[in-house]
Amino acid sequence: MLPKWFNEWNRENPTNVFGPAILIGALGGAVFVAILLVTWGNPVQTASMQTGPRGTGMSVPEYNAARLTPDPTIDAYYTEEPYVPEGGEPLAKDIYKNVQVLGDLTEDNFNRVMLAMTQWVSPEEGCTYCHGEGDLETYGADDLYTKVVSRRMIQMTQNINENWDGHVNAVADVGVNCYTCHRGEHVPSDIWFNITPVNENVEGWASVQNRATSMSQSTSLPSSALEVYLTDYDSYVNVHDLESRVAGVPGLTEDVASIQKTEMTFSLMNYFANSLGVNCVFCHNSRAFYDAAQYTPQWGIAQLGRQMVIELNQEYLIPLKDTYPENRLGPIYADAPKAGCRTCHKGYQRPLQGMNVAADWPELTSTEAPVYE
Amino acid sequence: MIEYQNIFTQVQVQGNPEWGIDETGGELTAERGGKPFFSKLMGTIGNAQIGPINLGSYGVISAVCFMIWFNIVGFSMLAQVGWSIPEFIRQLFWLALEPPGPEYGLSMPPLNDGGAFLIAGMFFLVGCGAWWLRTYQLAQQHKMGKHLAWAFAALLWLILVLGLIRPVLMGSWSEAVPYGIFAHLDWTTAFSIRYGNLYYNPFHCLSIVFLYGSVLLFAMHGGTILAVTRYGGDRELEQIYDRGTATERAALFWRWTMGFNATMEGIHRWAWWFAVLTPITGGIGILLTGTVVDNWFIWAQEHNFAPMYDGAYGYEDYGSYEAFIGKEN
Repeated sequence: MLPKWFNEWNRENPTNVFGPAILIGALGGAVFVAILLVTWGNPVQTASMQTGPRGTGMSVPEYNAARLTPDPTIDAYYTEEPYVPEGGEPLAKDIYKNVQVLGDLTEDNFNRVMLAMTQWVSPEEGCTYCHGEGDLETYGADDLYTKVVSRRMIQMTQNINENWDGHVNAVADVGVNCYTCHRGEHVPSDIWFNITPVNENVEGWASVQNRATSMSQSTSLPSSALEVYLTDYDSYVNVHDLESRVAGVPGLTEDVASIQKTEMTFSLMNYFANSLGVNCVFCHNSRAFYDAAQYTPQWGIAQLGRQMVIELNQEYLIPLKDTYPENRLGPIYADAPKAGCRTCHKGYQRPLQGMNVAADWPELTSTEAPVYE
Repeated sequence: MIEYQNIFTQVQVQGNPEWGIDETGGELTAERGGKPFFSKLMGTIGNAQIGPINLGSYGVISAVCFMIWFNIVGFSMLAQVGWSIPEFIRQLFWLALEPPGPEYGLSMPPLNDGGAFLIAGMFFLVGCGAWWLRTYQLAQQHKMGKHLAWAFAALLWLILVLGLIRPVLMGSWSEAVPYGIFAHLDWTTAFSIRYGNLYYNPFHCLSIVFLYGSVLLFAMHGGTILAVTRYGGDRELEQIYDRGTATERAALFWRWTMGFNATMEGIHRWAWWFAVLTPITGGIGILLTGTVVDNWFIWAQEHNFAPMYDGAYGYEDYGSYEAFIGKEN
């Protein structure tokens, strides 16, 4: 097929074409990739938020794609400014029957809150999700569990805004309302249930760990961390000795923590970090996790957050167990759904990326009669 | 292709199996088992001849113990997933045989609460001990030095510290390392965190130095010898009586590069000591943790080994979240 002179020339001048071919191919490929990167930009570029002093390596990195994309639920948020009463209007508790919370609101504001709650929690069903299919006259009845739970949740929201200011308003006055957890769903995402023991035929430490579960963040660390650290007022997260030499047997002597206890704390810390989309050095200087002098301000906020969650679980969520129908209870122990960091944060440093959800809703920030400004 | 630039061994010798020498008057040969055969695949990275193997009584003890240990661990894991094979495969890297909880101290716990771990651990230690005796005995029968036995003893030291000596000194079997892929890594992390950051443990530092030093020496030695195989540098016997080619060049390379060079014998001493000191220093570091020192970072500060901050913690350097998510400039 090729001309004779060409084949002859090739025979007489044997040349290794593979070397140059690979070289040119590699160089050409590199130039091509470089042009793509320069013109289209680096698809996996990251940025870091510095969380500590220079030279300590303390920063939280994030892909630009995720960092600059706003939380999609922010757009779906419904809000409405209050109707400032002029004085003398009849109050909800005088107009409607069985108003145990929000009774000090004027009719306009009461209906404004009710409407917003349907937008936040049951946008499809509207009023009927809690009040049933009956006429307006029947709205006072407590027939549906959803209404009983809602009432308790309103009290919980007021408690959070009123008494846990140090956590929810630590960085800026943003507060919480129903949407902080619910985001348009009947049941908030990222709630949790008891699942331990997770392993069969064993007792003790072996029975609650070494299994990839949702409660262990798919690690082999204990699945019981939330069950203990987020429900027990007396639980103690710290594991370190605060002197270089301390006497005692780990796990037996008081305040001398065992390796297993350390793993459980590690599991909780994993949950914290994943819930907020951050890493260890968001709160700690990792060279000395325990050292109070090297914590970041976030550490204190998280500390309060844990205390808050314990109270929410113990005072509000766990006692509702008998109010819920069976399909709302835990799959293994039929326990009440419980809250954790992720129930509000949903993977963001601040829920709803720091959007103020309290400003329009003075009714939900205090157990007292609302003050409109 | 250039003859000496290759990844795998180029020369394979296959023929009648080589039966080796025996200076014990038949003792070594009598203990050998297995019919020798040749593997071309193995020949690319080592000797193509596989077997026979001299197992010996210590080898038998060792193999039996390791097998029992392996089965106790494996069946414990299988029991934990309710004897479900698919779940066992799915969770294999997560599953573990855990030591007992601290409440049992140094007593014998129930089998399903750490007892199986202790029994498995005992077989593991006996297996390791028998393997050490085997390396010593075989070296003796071959009229070799005992360098390999002592090197293995260094590892044995680390194993004993982790699984026996330190738990006993701490007064609790719960301090032992669990048998599991991820579980032992969790233990390692938790161990470092619990005792205030193991990186401030000077023996951990030494162990890292020797570990990374071993890697460096290995790369230097391997690279040097491969670089002079074109002059027969890999044929150590010839190098002993004809040093004019490969060895001399290799030595010269390093002398001219860094002013100092190891010798054909000395390089192996370097390698042996670096390798052996890795588990020895590491074992000392672990043994001191929890027994003598409970918080290495504080210990390091007390010994001017870790710097203390002067109080100015630099909050002004913090990034703002709003800027981070692009909401403000």
